[in-house]
Amino acid sequence: MSVLPLTKNGHEVMLEARGMSKRFGEHTVLRDISLSIQRSEVVCLIGPSGSGKSTLLRSLAFLEAYDDGEVFVEGELLGYDRAQGGRRVISRPARLREVRRNMGMVFQQFNLWPHMSVAENVMEALIRGRRLSRAKARKLALETLEKVGLVDKADAWPNRLSGGQQQRVAIARSLAMSPAIMLFDEPTSALDPELVGEVLQVMKHLAEEGMTMVVVTHEMGFAAQVADRVVFLDGGQIVEQGAPAKLFREPSSPRLAQFLKNYLERNSLFDDRPAANGTCL
Amino acid sequence: MFDPGLLIQSLPLLLAGLWNTVWLSAGGLLAGFVIGVGVCSLKLSERTVLRRLGGAYVSVFRGIPLLIQLLFIYYLLPRLGLDVPAWVAAMAGLALCCGAYLSEILRGGFLTLPPGQVEAARLLGLGGRDILVRIKLPQALRATLPALLNEVILLIKASSLISAVGLAELTRTAQNLAASTFLQLQFYLAAAVLYCVVNISLALLAGRLERRFEAGRA
Repeated sequence: MSVLPLTKNGHEVMLEARGMSKRFGEHTVLRDISLSIQRSEVVCLIGPSGSGKSTLLRSLAFLEAYDDGEVFVEGELLGYDRAQGGRRVISRPARLREVRRNMGMVFQQFNLWPHMSVAENVMEALIRGRRLSRAKARKLALETLEKVGLVDKADAWPNRLSGGQQQRVAIARSLAMSPAIMLFDEPTSALDPELVGEVLQVMKHLAEEGMTMVVVTHEMGFAAQVADRVVFLDGGQIVEQGAPAKLFREPSSPRLAQFLKNYLERNSLFDDRPAANGTCL
Repeated sequence: MFDPGLLIQSLPLLLAGLWNTVWLSAGGLLAGFVIGVGVCSLKLSERTVLRRLGGAYVSVFRGIPLLIQLLFIYYLLPRLGLDVPAWVAAMAGLALCCGAYLSEILRGGFLTLPPGQVEAARLLGLGGRDILVRIKLPQALRATLPALLNEVILLIKASSLISAVGLAELTRTAQNLAASTFLQLQFYLAAAVLYCVVNISLALLAGRLERRFEAGRA
């Protein structure tokens, strides 16, 4: 019954925030956020720590209940039901599950279940949620683990794996539910530097396959190479957004220019490398 | 003071008493576990009313001596028109009390779980009951196994208070035998040995479980 809103170039809007705000007590962490993500689009959220980018992502999944505005997942209002008299109430868990059914999420801390093997982690939601038989769930789990290159670890315990491998399992666990939108909350921030690449590689592959992705990241290189659009947040507001080439080369706001300058200074090995306007990303 | 012949003769009685102790404790433990999980969920609820309710339960059933609880239930039920056998009153008493302690032990276990694990489960579409039974409880049980074992052993020993409502469990049986034969030391020693056998077996079992759980960790 819901009609997907279409943008002017005819793309489906998969995920949309309209005038969304979030407060923790007196403190406003997100202010009037409007953001629309189309099918197969890869959007990276960047910004200094405390800018609200993780809270924005969590609000898009309703892990945080936003206060004002709306979030729509494939045209359906997320998190609230309209009650009588125009007021709204938080959706019941079953309704929340229904609206989020095509959404997957990957966390900074992986959040694998340590008392289950790798394969069981992937199978759990297939069995309990999708009502697949154990055999079918295992088959699908192994196929999905194959995609992230970890089928040989299927019967290992999560804690025996490296951080990069654990995060790939977490991605497989989400992918097995065949989501249409994937949210990534700093997926490589808890990893040793040499393990970052393998996770980004899997994500890049997903992007190439046309997955709709929203990624909170500090990996500017990934954002530059993979994102269709980069959104820069500061102080709980969207300051600037656009194609990575444009945004990184010619930031129009001084805050983004400063942020990029700091990033390059932190990440350059030698002081004599150009660090002025981000051309070496 | 000791009469081995008489001991062997009364062994069936003692074992019958032990059996009563074991199944009444097991029943009390199982029902207490369900109560414990429920009360624990109340105490971890986001709603103040429910948290207070859980807190009140724990205060009451942890605060009153089990003997008083057992006697109270035993005499209360007939007043309410409930004509139930003594073992129901006994098991209910054990369960209500054990539930209060278990809820606090489990709460400790639940609090050690990273909230992200539950968020991941929610995003994967698992419902509240599946999250409790499949994700939270198994980990809480593992994390609190030593404390749970303590509670189970305490429960088995506390079940000796059931004798107050007239059930011939192990302690009551030993008392009866001691009184009728005047061989007090012999029969109390026999009861002590039987309690120990049960509790040490449980400890060994728990130890094995713990080592199996350890295998899954780095």
